Parts: sequence; C-alpha cells; structure tokens
Amino acid sequence: MALSSSRLNVRKARPRVPWERWGIQLAAFSYLTALLIIPLAVIVQDGFQNGPIRLWQSIVAPVPWSALGLTIWTALVMALVNAVMGTLTAYVLVRYTFPGKALLNIVVDLPLAIPTLITGITLVTLYGPQSLIGAWFKNQMDGRIIFAPPGIILALLFISFPFVVRTVQPVLENLDRQVEDAAATLGAGPFKIFWRVTLPALRLPILSGTLLSFARAIGEFGAIVIVAGNIPLRSQTAAVYVYGQVESANRQAASAMSIVMLLLAFGLVLLVDWLRRRREL
Amino acid sequence: MTVTTEIPPEISSEANPAIYHGRIALPGDRWRRRLLIGIVVAYIIILILVPVTTLFPGALSEGIGAALTALSDPALWSAFGLTLSIALICIVIHALFGTMLAWVMVRHRIFGRKLLNALIDLPFALSPVVVGYMLLLLFGRNGWLAPILDALAIKVVFALPGMVLATLFITMPFMVREIIPVLESLSPEQELAAASLGANGWQAFWRVTFPALRSGLIYGVVLTFARALGEFGAVLVVGGGIQGRTETATIFIFNAMEHRQYVSAYSAAIVLGLFSLILVVGTELLRRKGNSQG
Repeated sequence: MALSSSRLNVRKARPRVPWERWGIQLAAFSYLTALLIIPLAVIVQDGFQNGPIRLWQSIVAPVPWSALGLTIWTALVMALVNAVMGTLTAYVLVRYTFPGKALLNIVVDLPLAIPTLITGITLVTLYGPQSLIGAWFKNQMDGRIIFAPPGIILALLFISFPFVVRTVQPVLENLDRQVEDAAATLGAGPFKIFWRVTLPALRLPILSGTLLSFARAIGEFGAIVIVAGNIPLRSQTAAVYVYGQVESANRQAASAMSIVMLLLAFGLVLLVDWLRRRREL
Repeated sequence: MTVTTEIPPEISSEANPAIYHGRIALPGDRWRRRLLIGIVVAYIIILILVPVTTLFPGALSEGIGAALTALSDPALWSAFGLTLSIALICIVIHALFGTMLAWVMVRHRIFGRKLLNALIDLPFALSPVVVGYMLLLLFGRNGWLAPILDALAIKVVFALPGMVLATLFITMPFMVREIIPVLESLSPEQELAAASLGANGWQAFWRVTFPALRSGLIYGVVLTFARALGEFGAVLVVGGGIQGRTETATIFIFNAMEHRQYVSAYSAAIVLGLFSLILVVGTELLRRKGNSQG
C-alpha cells in the first residue's frame, strides 16, 4: 500500500511542461505591459517624434523652463525641511514615551489618507488672501503665501510628511542602543552621541525617505493646482504646465515636459531602489 | 583618583522619576526631551492638524442646513458613486493580477528583476497629469489605438474605461508592494508539506498560501482604495470632468471650488476626507493590534 502510493508520487513528479508557471508569468507580464510599459513607450515615442533638438527647445523656452525650475527648488526646500523634521519626529516617537504618543503616531499617517486636492483647499482656507493669516501677511510683509512658492512648499510638506518618518522609524527601533551607551561611557555628550553614533546609522533610511518625498513632490498636481494657481513664470509648476498644454492641445510642449518628468521620476525611483538594496546588504 | 560607588542623588530613581526605557535620565535629559517633543508636536499641529480643521468652519459658514442641502445634491452622489465604482474595479484587478505579479517576482527567477522592481514603483513618483496624458496619446482621437477603438466602437477617453486605466496605473504599486514582503517571509516548505499530503497546486495555494497573504491583501486593498478615492489629476486629464458623466468626487470638489460654491466644496471634501481617513486609520489600528497580539 505504502509502496504503491509512493510510486504514484514518483509518477506525478515526473518532469512535465510547466503550464502553471508559464500561465502565471504570462498573466503577470501582460498586466505589467498593458498598464505600465505601453503607456510609457507611447509618451517616449511621441516626445522624440520631432527629434531631440525640438524636444530640447520645447523645454528651455522661458515658461516651461521656469516651471521646471520652480518645481525642483520648491521640492528641494521641502525635502530638506522634511529630512530634519521627519528624522526628529521618528526619534521622538521611538525614544520617548509621553501622553498622546499613540495619537501622534496616527496623525503622521493622516496626509496619506487625505486626498491632495483637499490638502490644497485647506491651505487656501487657512493662508489665502481672505483669511486672517493671509491678510496679516499681506499687510505686514507685503508678501503672499497662497499663489506663491511658500504655499507650494507648505502643501508639499503636508503631503510628504509620512515618508521620512516611516522609513526612519523602523530602523531606529531596531538600532542597537549599546553602541550609544558605549559612547556615553566614553564621555560623549548627548548631542555628540546623536551626531556621531545615531545619525550615521540612520543615513541611508533618511536619504531614501527624503528622495522618495522629493520624487513624490515633483509630480504633485492636486494640491498645487489649488494652492499655486496657474500663473506662468510665477507660480506654475511642471505638472500644472503639462495640464495647461494638454488642455490647449499643445502636443509637442506637453510631451516634452512629460518626458523630462518621466526621466526624473524613473531616475529617482532607481536611486531609491538602489539605496534600499544597499541597506539590506 | 577616588572611585565613588554611591549614586549621586540627582540621578537616583527616587529623586528623578523621569526614568524611561529602564535608563537613567541625566539632569539635562528631561529638558531636552521636553523641547524635542514640543517641537515635533507643534510642527504636526501647525502643519497638519490646523489646516485639516479649517474644513469645518468652511462647510458650516452658512449654517448646518446649507451644508446638509449641499450634501443632498444628486450630482455629488453620482460623483461619489463614480469614484467608488472606479476604486472597486481597481481593487479587484490589482488583487488578482498584483498577487500574480508579486508571486512571479518572489518565486520565479526572471530576467531584469531589479529593473522590474523599480518599474513597479514608478507610478508612485510619476505625475498623475503625465499618466492621464499618456492615456490620451494612446486612446485619444489621434491616438495609437484610435483605429481599433473606432472599429470596435469602444470609448475609452472621456469615459469610464480611461478613468479606470488611469487609476489602475496610479495605484499599481500598493498591492504588489504589500504582497511581496509577505511572500518573501513565507517559506515554500509549508506548500511542499501540503503537496506531500496530497494537495494539488491550486489547493496548496488556496489553503496554505492564501490565508498567509490575507493581511497583506487587506492592507493592499485599503491603500489602493484610499489612493483611488483621492486621485484627481489623472482622471481629470483622461476623463475631462464632464458633469454627470466623468465627474468623480475630487473633480466635483474642484469644480465646486472653481464655481465658488464653497459650502458644497467643503462639505464634499469633509465626507471624502473622513471616509478615507476612517479607512486608513482603522486598518492601521487593526494592524497594530494584530502585531501586538502576534
């Protein structure tokens, strides 16, 4: 009886055509191709249709060039602030216990749950020209927050707050505190311990979290279109520029900027992926 | 040099109750701790909590009656219905094919795995406007696939299929990214054990692998759902935001803002925001409870 059943298994295990394997691979790759690869190929083809020189000219024209510049510098400012505040938040959440900590931990995820368009609306309500703060700002400093770069940076800070916190937090939780204690016994002060021992260990997660938030910020549209308005050369970002060109059926300009944004996004994603693998080694 | 064995009073636990994590708090620690917590709490309140609360006065600026009237607008409900159906279609497709893709990436040795890994994250970084525009180029009036679509009389752009495709693209990473780590932590030995007990491939998957994947699937579904609810740029470009036909919840709010119907915009924003908030926070709490029990 035992013999016959084992013989049966041997016959079953005989090499056969791996239909199941091929079937699942076919399904997975068709899904990927249909959803991602074909649309990406189309935009690359369309952008290079009139040659790379034409593509370059459509990007360095004053309006798209300033839109691209504005997008990158506001995203950079956001990324720097976010790197510092995100790391600090992760540190406080991991190392300290205090009343309301659990609540704070949930609030960190709030920006992921709120549609970015709504983020834009809340910021306009709070800082717009009709609001108390906005009016004060206009009278005292003759500046504006909404429809200007500060509004863009605020919106980006709101949206990307969780990224650095959530990449640094798990690493900090698993960090061996004995090294810090050793530094303390050797006479290092708390600031020195953080700077020389804790921070170096967090370098890679901080960097990948920051890059992730930077990548996300470059493509942001919903919050920006509300907060920044659509003033060319002043408060128009790259994504809003593409939207305007699509609406006015200006295919060359829309495709050119789209390709730049695609290259930026893909470059950043590859970089983050590479950093993540380095961390795992 | 004399060595004192006596603990100085200021760092003994009786004198200093601020001992945390079983560590002795040094005199300066308490103030540094208060300062750091204060900075973080103030930052979060100013940056996140204060803006969010402004929605309520905005919605109630003309009284609660006006807000309720705005919420009973049939255009609002059809917009929310459209958003929900797009999100549900995306969830079903991603749950099915996302699991397969994750499976292939974890279990099969495939060529170009690293590149594929980065490609899956691309929708996360690519602007939604560009995503919508890509679909216009592909399916639009002069698009690549226009002849085929015309012949079959299928409307993709400015219609539901285009909006579903756009949302599918945007929400692509969430399901796959949730399932890959679960599959990686799952050893194939359990499946082999099931197979040795006479289960066929399908039974082994359904009875052994699937239950283990469930938590990843649930979280993937929630993240996909929340992202799909909030999607704006891509569906606006590909759908055109035609009222009553391709107007999703976010586009409804955007149009209401443009037409200065603020009560309507704020009320709808509160409903949409609360809905996805409950979804995400609820799942996060469930996950933490699960983690602390496991």
